Amino acid sequence: MGLLSKKDAKLITDPLADNNPITIQVLGICSALAITAQLKASIVMAVSVLFVLGIGNVVISLLRNIIPSKIRIIVQLVVVAALVIIVDQVLKAFSYELSKTLSVFVGLIITNCIIMGRFEAFALGNGPWKSFLDGIGNALGYGVILIIVGFFRELLGSGTLLGFKVLGDPIEKTGLYAIGYENNGFMLLSPMALIVVGIIIWVQRSRNKALIED
Amino acid sequence: MSLKNKLHVLKEKYKSTKFAPAFNALHTFLYLPNETTHGGTHVKAADDLKRTMNTVIMAMIPCLIFGMFNAGYQHNLAVGDIQAVSSGFFSSEFWTLANFTVGFWKILPLVIVSYGVGLGIEFLFAIIKKHEVEEGYLVTGMLVPLIVPIDIPLWMLAVAVAFGVVIGKEVFGGTGMNILNPALTIRAFLFFAYPTWMSGDKVWVEGAVERTNEIAAGANLDAISGETILGSLAQGKEFAYSTADMFLGFIPGSVGETSTLLILLGGLFLIFTKIGSWRIMLSSALGAIVMGLIFNQVVDAGVIGEGSKFYGLMNTPFWHHLLIGGFAFGTVFMATDPVTASQTNKGKWIYGFLIGLISILIRVFNPAYPEGVMLAILLMNVFAPTIDHYVVQGNVKKRMKRLKAKVA
Repeated sequence: MGLLSKKDAKLITDPLADNNPITIQVLGICSALAITAQLKASIVMAVSVLFVLGIGNVVISLLRNIIPSKIRIIVQLVVVAALVIIVDQVLKAFSYELSKTLSVFVGLIITNCIIMGRFEAFALGNGPWKSFLDGIGNALGYGVILIIVGFFRELLGSGTLLGFKVLGDPIEKTGLYAIGYENNGFMLLSPMALIVVGIIIWVQRSRNKALIED
Repeated sequence: MSLKNKLHVLKEKYKSTKFAPAFNALHTFLYLPNETTHGGTHVKAADDLKRTMNTVIMAMIPCLIFGMFNAGYQHNLAVGDIQAVSSGFFSSEFWTLANFTVGFWKILPLVIVSYGVGLGIEFLFAIIKKHEVEEGYLVTGMLVPLIVPIDIPLWMLAVAVAFGVVIGKEVFGGTGMNILNPALTIRAFLFFAYPTWMSGDKVWVEGAVERTNEIAAGANLDAISGETILGSLAQGKEFAYSTADMFLGFIPGSVGETSTLLILLGGLFLIFTKIGSWRIMLSSALGAIVMGLIFNQVVDAGVIGEGSKFYGLMNTPFWHHLLIGGFAFGTVFMATDPVTASQTNKGKWIYGFLIGLISILIRVFNPAYPEGVMLAILLMNVFAPTIDHYVVQGNVKKRMKRLKAKVA
C-alpha cells in the first residue's frame, strides 16, 4: 500500500485478523447474534457500523483536546447517537423493509461496545487520520465476521443468499431439494449464531497458536 | 496368524505414527491387549470404561429389539394388514417375522449411520489431537437410533451426529469432559433444525411420509398416520390406546422409547450392576409424580375448564405421565449419564427431582415441545455442577459448625 505507511496499514489490517473485535476481543456479540440470520442484514449492519465508527472516531479525535475528561462519556454518546440517527433515518427513507428487519438493532449500535471502546482506547489519544484508519479497520473486522456468519446462516438456514435461491426452490422441489435436502431451521435461531462465531474462533486459534491464552 | 496377532503387528508397525491411536483402539476393542503393566502398584478392577459402556448397551438391547417389532407393527397396523394386539405382551399379532423385517431394515441403517459417523469423528479427533480413542461414543451411538422417529432421513441423522459429537463433546475435550449429554444434543439439534421430521403425526409410522408424498403426487391410496399420545393430548384429541398399551409399548413414538416395561427391566439391570444411579431414576419419577399431581389438583379445583388448551395434558392422570412419551427412557438411560449428572448423592436427588418436575411442566405448558424430558435433562445437565457445588459447600459448612461446637 503506497498510500499508507506501514504503521498506518497495520491499523487497518490488525483488527481484520489477529486483533479482531469479535473473535479476539469478543465485543459486539449481541448484534452479531441478532441480525445475522440474513446476509443482507449483516452487510447493512456492517456498513452502518463502518460509517458510524469511521466518522465518530474522527470527530472524537478532533475534539479530544477540548473535551473535559469528566464528561467525555457523555460527549462520546452524543456523537454516536447523532451518527446512528443519521444511519437510521437513511435506512428508513431508502430501505424501509430492511430497516424493519434490523429493527432496534440499528439504534443499538450506540451500545455496541466496539464503538465506545475505540473512542476511549484510540480516538482520545490519536490524531484524526490515524483514528479514521483505526475506526475503519475495526469496523471492517467486525463486518467480516458478521458477513461470514450471515453467509452460513442464510445459506444453511434459508437456502438463499441475498434472497437468491442458490440451492433451488424448497416448494417446487428443484435443485438440491429434489434429492431430499431440507433447510436447517436451527440456523435461523440465535444460538446457532453463537456456535458459528465459536467455530470461527476455533478455526482462527488453531491456525494461529499465538492467539491461545491460558 | 490369527486376527489378534495381525492387529498386534499392525499396531506395532504404526506405533510411532499419527494413526497409532486408531489401530490401538481397534485392537483393544476386539481383544485383550498383549501388553501388561510391569512393576509398581496398580489398581485391579473388573469394570473399565469399555465394560461400563457395554453394560449400558446390553440394558438397551431389549428396547432396540422391541423397537424393531414395534416399527413393523405400527406400520402394518396403519396400513391395515393386521389387527391391534389382543392378548397382552405376548400377543401373536405383534411378534411376527413380518413386523420384525420391516423394523429391522429401517432401524439397522439408523444404527449404522449413528455408529459410522460418530466413531469416524472420534477416530479423526484422536488422530488429530494425538490421544487414544475414547469409548464414550459406544453408548451414545446406541442411544441415538432409539430416540429418533423411525422415518428420519439418514443424512439428517448423520449431520446431527456430526454436530452433536463435535460441538457437544469434542470441543469440551472429549469423553468425560462434556457438559451436555451428546445423544440428547443430537436429538435437540434434529428437533430444532428439522422440526417437521421430529413432530407431527407422520414421522412415527414407517412409510407415512412416503405415502403422503405419493398421495400428493396423485396415487390412489389411503393416507396412514400415527400421532403420539402426547401429540394427541396436546391437541385435545382422543387416542385409541389403553393403559396396558402404554406400559407394554404398543404405541407410536421414537424407535426405542415406547415400552416402559422393557425400559424398567433395563433400569433394574443398570441398578443391579451399579452403573445407573437409582437415586436419579427414583427422584425424577417422584418429581414427575409431584408435578402431575399438582396439575391434576388444578383441574379438580376447577381453575382450568375444558375449554383451556392445557386441559388435555393437565387432566391426564399423573401416573400416565410416567408411561407416555420419552420420560421413562430419558430418566433411565440419559439422566443417569455419569458424566453429565450430579456427582454427589444429595445432588443426584435434587438433579433427578428437578428433571421430573420440569419435564412435565414443559410437556403441559408448551405443546409445541411435547418431549419435555429432553429439554429438562439438557437444562439440568447445565445446572448439575452448580448443584454439586452447593451440596459440597453445605457439607463443608455443616462440618465447620460441628468443629466449632467441639472447640467451644
